[in-house]
Order: sequence, then C-alpha cells, then structure tokens
Amino acid sequence: MVKAKHDVAVLEKCPTGIKGLDEITKGGLPKGRPTLICGSAGCGKTLFAMEFLMRGAMDYGEPGVFMTFEETPEDLAKNFISLGFDLHGMMLRGLIATDHVYIERSEIEETGEYDLEGLFIRLGNAIDSIGAKRVVLDTIEALFSGLSNAAIIRAELRRLFYWLKDRGVTAIVTGESGDKLLTRYGLEEYVADCVILLDFRIEEQISTRRLRIVKYRGSSHGADEYPFLIDESGLSILPITSLGLDYPVSKERIATGIPKLDAMLDGKGFYRGSTILVSGTAGTGKTSLASTFADAACRRGERCLYFAFEESPNQIIRNMGSIGMDLAKWVKKGLLKFHSARPSLYGLEMHLVTFHKVIDEFDPQVFVVDPISNLSAAGTASEVKSILTRLIDHLKMKKISTFLTDLTHFGGSLEHTSEEISSLIDTWLLLRDIELNGERNRGLYILKSRGMSHSNQIQEFLLTNQGIDLIDIYAGSGEVLTGSARAAQEAQEKASEMSSRREAERRLREQERKRNALETKIAALRAEFEVETEEVHLMVEEEQKRQAVLAEDRLEMAHLRKGEPSAPPAKHSKKKRKRRVS
Amino acid sequence: MVTTVKGKKAKTGAKEEIWNLRLYVAGQTQKSITAFSNLKKICDEHLAGKFRIEVIDLLKNPQLAKGDQIIAIPTLVRKLPEPIKKIIGDLANTERVLVGLDIRSVSE
Repeated sequence: MVKAKHDVAVLEKCPTGIKGLDEITKGGLPKGRPTLICGSAGCGKTLFAMEFLMRGAMDYGEPGVFMTFEETPEDLAKNFISLGFDLHGMMLRGLIATDHVYIERSEIEETGEYDLEGLFIRLGNAIDSIGAKRVVLDTIEALFSGLSNAAIIRAELRRLFYWLKDRGVTAIVTGESGDKLLTRYGLEEYVADCVILLDFRIEEQISTRRLRIVKYRGSSHGADEYPFLIDESGLSILPITSLGLDYPVSKERIATGIPKLDAMLDGKGFYRGSTILVSGTAGTGKTSLASTFADAACRRGERCLYFAFEESPNQIIRNMGSIGMDLAKWVKKGLLKFHSARPSLYGLEMHLVTFHKVIDEFDPQVFVVDPISNLSAAGTASEVKSILTRLIDHLKMKKISTFLTDLTHFGGSLEHTSEEISSLIDTWLLLRDIELNGERNRGLYILKSRGMSHSNQIQEFLLTNQGIDLIDIYAGSGEVLTGSARAAQEAQEKASEMSSRREAERRLREQERKRNALETKIAALRAEFEVETEEVHLMVEEEQKRQAVLAEDRLEMAHLRKGEPSAPPAKHSKKKRKRRVS
Repeated sequence: MVTTVKGKKAKTGAKEEIWNLRLYVAGQTQKSITAFSNLKKICDEHLAGKFRIEVIDLLKNPQLAKGDQIIAIPTLVRKLPEPIKKIIGDLANTERVLVGLDIRSVSE
C-alpha cells in the first residue's frame, strides 16, 4: 500500500513533446528529476535536449534554461533555426534562457581546494530569471576536460544532481558515449532516474538513428530500440507497438470496385479500416486491382492516398485508362493523391515518417501502397515488418482502409513470401498465373478474410477495357481450365448441351405424335363400338315388336278356337325363338 | 627571459599599472576566507602598494558570475594587467599563485 502510494508520486511525468517519446515513456521524462541522454558525437543529443526545452516552453508553458558547455548560444540559434526553433525569439520572450559556460584549461590555474558553487549560482540565477521548469546541461562532461581535479568534479556533480532535484526542475544532462561505460566519465552513476541512449548506425549505406531507454526508475517503458528521425520538424520517434491492439473497428463494409469480388467477400466487400493485401507475381494485375479499389473509393466521394513505389502517377493514370478507368479526374477533384518515390531514396524510417506526414496532411479514408515488397530494398525483412506494423497500427487507429500490394517472386510459394506480415493482414487476396496449354491466365482467390464467410473459389481474373471482371473458372470433370481452354470447353459443353436438348425435344414430339395416333385409334374403336351398340338396340326393339305381334296372334288364335288359353306352349316357343336370335 | 621580464617591468612601471584583482566568493565560507587571506598575504609580499583586490560575493550578485565565466569558487581573476588570468582554489600553494598571476617576474 505504502509502496503504491509512493509510486504515484514518483510517476509524475514531464511531457517532452517529442513525437513518439511520450508514448514510449508513457508520459514523458521523470518530472523534477534529471535524465541522462547519452550517445556518440552527432547522434542528436543536443537536438533532443533543445527540442525538449522548446516544446516545453511553446506547448506546455514551462520555460527552460539551456546551459551549453560547447556551442555558443549564437551557434545554437543558428543551428536550430533550420528546425523551426527560434531560439532568439524565445529568449526575448523570456521563455528560454541560455548560458554559455566556457572552460579553457590553459587559462585556468588550480591551487588548492575549490568547489563549483559558481556553476550552481549561474544556473540558479538563470532558472530564477525566467522561472524555469526545465534545464538542459549540454554537455557537463566539459568540466572533466576543463578542470583537472576529477575528485572535486565528481563530488560536485553528485551535489549538482541533488540540487537540481531540490529545485524541482526537470533536467536533461547530455553525455558522450564511452568505451565501457555509457558515458565517457560515467555520468550514469549520478543520474539514477532515467537514462536514454541515442545511437547512430549505418547499414548498407543507409543511416538509421535509434533510441533506447536504458533505464527509467519507477516507470514501465518500452525497452526496444526505437528508430528515430531528425527532419525539418525536429525529432520523431516511431514506437513499434506503443499503440497496442486497441484500435476502433467498424462493421461498415466498402465495395472493392468489382461487384463479383464483393460477392466473393460475403456479398459486401471489405470492412472499413481493414488491411487488405494483394500478393502476386509480376503482371498478375495487382496495380489494376489497387487502382480499381482507389477508383471505387473516389466514386464514393472518399479521399484516397496512393503511394506508388514502382511507377510514376502519370504512368499509372495512362495504364489504368487502358482498362477504362479515369483516375485523372479524381486527381483533379482532389480526391486522389499520388505519392511516388523510389524505395531506395531513403531509409525505411524516413519512409515511415513520410507515410505519417502525408497521411496526416491528406487525411484519406483509403490508403494504397503499391507495392510494399519494394520497401525491402531499403531494409531487412524484420525492419520492413516493423515498419509495416507501425504503419498499419497508425492507419487502423485512424480507421483508414489500407490496400497493400506485394510482388512475390516466381518459383517461391506465393503464400510463403508474405508470411511475415500475414498476421497484420485482415483480407488477403492472391493473384496467380495459371499456365495451361501454352497460355497464361490470371486467377484470383481469397486466402483469408477475417470476420466474414468468403468464397473459396478461384476466379479467373480478366482485364477488359471496361475494367476488371471475374469469371467462374471451368472446374468440371476433374480439371481446372482457364482462358481459351475454358472458352473452348464451355463452347463444347454448350454444343453438346444443345444437341441433347434437341434430342429431348425430338423425342417429346414423337411421343406426342404417338399419343395422337393412339387417340385416333381409340376414337375409331369407340365409333365402331357405338355403331354395334346401336345395331343391338335396334335388334332388341325389333324382337320386342315381333314378340308383341306373336302374342297378339296367339290371342287371336285362341279366340278363334274358343278353347282354353294355351299359355304354356306360348312361353316355350318364346324361349326357343330368343335362343335362335342370339 | 630576463629581457622580456625587464621590458614588462619597464612597461608596467611606465604606466604605473595597478594590479586589479578580483576574487569571486560565495558567502563567507571557509574556503573563501582562506583564499582571501592567502591572496592578501601574497599581494602584500610581492605587489606591495600596487594592487587592488575586489571581492565579489556571488550570493549577493549572482549575475556577475556569467561575465567572467566563473564556475568554481573561489576564483581569482586578474583583470589587469592584461591578459586576463584565472586561478581557482583557496590559493594555498603560493608558488602556483605566483606563476598563475605572473607575479614572480614582477617581484624579481
């Protein structure tokens, strides 16, 4: 409990205002304490310190004292004007005070005991003159070369750092790198709270500056080596994973520009703010796909930023014209912005900073890099990955949908080459050549697409003069056919289908005819039967008439005989006659 | 060696140069007091009658530290004769003070 309470007090931080540093240090340098910045000559120590003061004075209302042991304030002012820091102006406004401490060993004779109270008084005077909250000592090591009694200097340095803490100023002390120690004179011994190491390396002719927090007492901090840059707006440090994985996500879907591809992606297209990668070998249509996506974004009225590492904007516009896409009009409307650069123009860090800068300026909803694989010309695979991670983090935070293309090499597995960045990708489309019967065609399939049920079919990818089209490839009878082979197969199938349809029709007609014939027959038979029935009826009628006549005759006969009626014989004869008839 | 010394002596003598010495201190510390008494003794011995010692207490006038590039306390600055010379410490080593101030040559 007590410790936790103590931590709260310790963790008070002083924002530096240096891009990225406050993220790595989770708030800035330890407030009211000295921080040691060490590094070799030309690594940016003085700039770091100066920017800390400038930002403090301009952005945080904390005036600062710059005590320089090397350069004169005039030189400093001259050097920093190119970075947009007006040292003279700040001094006139009472926001920054400078004091140049000049020690020339040959001019000083040492006899007996002394202390560095004069330095304390000067510093204290400078602090009081403007009410400074920040102090820079650049570089206090000059004392060691200017004075010979190291024991006194060490004792006084220890006192100085206590004194700075007492004054409650946030201080930066710079120190030159040493062989075994972090600094040549072991300044790290006195500065216990925070030590930051700056480094300047050249690998394959490309220089990279790096920053590492060696220690930061009482605070968690990023422990990696962070590349940083010095450009016209000062220092920028680009943390690799400082943002964490907490970016906002959108359920909104955006069209790909190709209705059939939308259909493959759950019928709705990509998620807004997702990262899309298109891999493929040369000439598979990556740029066309990317341009189509950009075109679709512009049609929706969104801004699209297109980083081209292979082609000039004009060439892309011309080439996309050949597949019926007019990108020039979007450029004119200000919806589409191209940014072309050779990847080897500068180091990866510089690329990343350029990305950041242009993205922040243009504020696009859609961002295209074509292709990211060219970045590997400017760094190693792991560096490229770290750059992309940070880039994608940044884009995700801003909910910018990102479309990356990746040129994979012939021979290697398509899915392997981009493995390193796979985890960063939300939707991964693959374009591949399908070689068959001396013909090369393009196929597209979705390798993965997070958060949607996507199609697993390979589609044939066609570049027509009306844009991109996707066609179901022929996948019948155990083989996959594309291009003319597919067309031929389809024609053949169509033909055979037609003939079988004709056959069926023919048989149907025949059956109809048969039925008709049968019905005719039935009608004839019925007619015959009816005739017969009528004959029978006539016959029966005649017989009845005859019987009636016979009975009359018999009655008449009996009457003539005047004897008894002869009924039984009459009955008998009637039976006989009936049998004869039948 | 001797000629230069003679020349210098003649020159200073001609101008009746007064040695203008400035002792920077910060309060009445032991070191400061020692330094002042050491300086007084050396001057009385070697520069009798032609020196002026100005004691500056930086606790009272901190802004004066910047002008003479004072970092150590006590610091003795020879303002005149030129060039400006600086000696830091409590001036306990008389030999070194004399060398530092170029006084030995004068006294000889």
